[in-house]
Amino acid sequence: MQNAGMNIEDKGGDQLVLHVGPQHPGSGHFRLIITVDGDYIVGAKPDPGYVHRGAEKMAEYRDYIQNIPHLERPVIIDATGVTLPYVLTAERIIDVEAPERAQYIRMIMAELNRIISHLYWLGIYGIFLGHSTMFMWPMGDRELFIDLAESIGGTRVTFSYVVPGGVRNDIPTNLKERALKTFDYFEKRIEEYKKIFFNNPIMTARTESIGTMSQADAIKLGITGSNLRATGIDSDTRKDEPYCLYDRVDFEIPTRKEGDSYARCIVRLEELQQSMNIIKQVLDLIEPGPIKQVIGGVMRGEPGEAFVRTEAARGTMFYHIVSDGEKQPYRVKISVPSFRNLIGMTHLLVGSKLADMPAIYWSLDYWPVEADR
Amino acid sequence: METFEEFVKRILTILFWLIIISPLIIFPILFVVVGLLGIDVTIVNEILTAAIDPLKAIKLAERYGLGFSSTFFKIAAFPGFTFAALVATLTILYERKLMAKVQLRVGPLYAGRFEGILQPIADLFKLLGKELVVPEKADKMFFWAAPILSIGLAASLLAVIPLSPTIYIARSEFSLLIPFAILGFSPLVVLIAAWASSNKFAFIGGLRALHQLAAYEIPMLLSILGIVILTGSFDLMKIVEAQKDMWFIFPQFLAAIIFYITILSELERIPFDLPEAETEIVSGWLTEYTGMHFGLLQLGVYMKFYALALLFTLLFLGGWNGPAFLPPIVWLLGKLFFVITIIIFPRAVLPRLRMDQLIRIGWAWLIALSFINIFIAVIESSLGVI
Repeated sequence: MQNAGMNIEDKGGDQLVLHVGPQHPGSGHFRLIITVDGDYIVGAKPDPGYVHRGAEKMAEYRDYIQNIPHLERPVIIDATGVTLPYVLTAERIIDVEAPERAQYIRMIMAELNRIISHLYWLGIYGIFLGHSTMFMWPMGDRELFIDLAESIGGTRVTFSYVVPGGVRNDIPTNLKERALKTFDYFEKRIEEYKKIFFNNPIMTARTESIGTMSQADAIKLGITGSNLRATGIDSDTRKDEPYCLYDRVDFEIPTRKEGDSYARCIVRLEELQQSMNIIKQVLDLIEPGPIKQVIGGVMRGEPGEAFVRTEAARGTMFYHIVSDGEKQPYRVKISVPSFRNLIGMTHLLVGSKLADMPAIYWSLDYWPVEADR
Repeated sequence: METFEEFVKRILTILFWLIIISPLIIFPILFVVVGLLGIDVTIVNEILTAAIDPLKAIKLAERYGLGFSSTFFKIAAFPGFTFAALVATLTILYERKLMAKVQLRVGPLYAGRFEGILQPIADLFKLLGKELVVPEKADKMFFWAAPILSIGLAASLLAVIPLSPTIYIARSEFSLLIPFAILGFSPLVVLIAAWASSNKFAFIGGLRALHQLAAYEIPMLLSILGIVILTGSFDLMKIVEAQKDMWFIFPQFLAAIIFYITILSELERIPFDLPEAETEIVSGWLTEYTGMHFGLLQLGVYMKFYALALLFTLLFLGGWNGPAFLPPIVWLLGKLFFVITIIIFPRAVLPRLRMDQLIRIGWAWLIALSFINIFIAVIESSLGVI
């Protein structure tokens, strides 16, 4: 038969080149060119850029306030996480400071968004390992947190809630009781997740000592976020360089020493609990007061530059804004965690089995749209 | 100027509407006309009557040797192909509903008045309406052969499996061995489909199916040896009769577990669905199949599901044995329902295994355990447990 459809590229006979993505149930909006020899991956070449929209360039043509809705597009499931560092950087340029209550509300929103993003990750990781129930359960429970965020921000996904000088509107009065009710329910669900998924012998067999990254490699490759913490380094921007009022709340940085796919899963699971812990503390600490410092007229920065790092759901995200005194920023540089984690992915994939590709790929929580910006 | 395809399509469309309209309009009109004119053409009369009256149709069929007791009826309708296909489609619906309940969803709901009961029919019409895409580089003959072979093999499995002492298609002294001989062909169908698709992911899926065969086939055959030792027969009828007092699941518990695991593997169900692991190799060997090709392959898989669930019921759960207040077939179908449930359930709670893990389970555990089971069977038969 003609084997033109099955182009076995000339790489010494038995090797097969697979294009995983951009149209593959396990890829997302990017392509991974994998060379397999039998069942083993001998080469992995990521090909990102399918959803590059030029968010940085677009930011140069919009006012500081107009930039917020479009800058949250790269990571709509972590909308606050991606706009908060922008707003903090813009505040330094414009020289305003948000009142204390606004800082607390930002923290609530950022942590809620971290939970929403992590639950989305958990659902996809479940289906990547063939566990369809673990896809449905977190996706269903995620709705509760989306409802909470909706009661604060007004929309379900893209909130555009954090603005320079504060937040757009105040939190509802019954937020505390609603949040505590949701958290009580979700604490029980986490135990059920553990029973059906995290302590499942097949799940542990599929993920333990798969895609192991050493601490030295992680530092060398510039891995951030949960993936770095899974190698045993307790690096978290919320502790290292506290922004908002993270220095006033007491929380732990979950770490694991193993650095494998399972460690990354467990770290994210524990981060869910820590995020709820932070929100509970903030709801106790928060006091009545103004939520916004009103800025008269168009926001216009002094010539100069500013730089802020925050901890988004996928890791450290930072913005570097250069201003020349105009209404629009002169240059906005976004440094995203996903792109750095992508560098680690190729290292982990080579040498593993083809069946482990989804287990490694999604354990890094790579978000193609974020990496492409 | 119409092309040949358009011509065929036009003819088919006319035929389709003829088939739809004829029983409703044309046949009654002909019937009235023939009656009014008083023409006595018995055979035409009978055929026309049969077309609008099912009871007369049955009588007509019986006269020409196609009645309820005929071999044709047994093969085509009950307990043969149509019944198996019906159970298979209902299994698909039941699986979707059960999965939905576990996952806090509702599942199929709108087709039919009650809980989406007509969803399989809706799915069938959806698949019938889809285009049959045959890839340009595919090996056309084998590409077309695979769905037909799949459903043919699944249907032939049922030939010697009895449903009750009176309901069966064919009897054989080796009715236990024949299904397993046929099952050995099923990875071949997968390989044909995979190779003919000329697709990398399908190819990997086909090779995985062969590896999987190596992992489960031997323990599957060894696990039923215990029962053969206890009963001294390969005849399913005799095996079921031997379970009048005690089901074989109690003396042969280990064999039941092994057989259950190998059923999951044979049916390529989670945790053993490696040949069609979606997130790794798209849909595995099914990747290039569309429309009714896909429908037939799926129907073949679910008919195999039915056959294997039936075998499990007959071998370990006493088949149609049960208190006499219900007919044997009801007992059998009740047990079958239970077996189908436990075969479906792992899909809701387990992730997928990896190939090396599957082969390790097959070779290191299942084969060893099935040898232990044979020793157990020998001891039991020498002690006279059965």
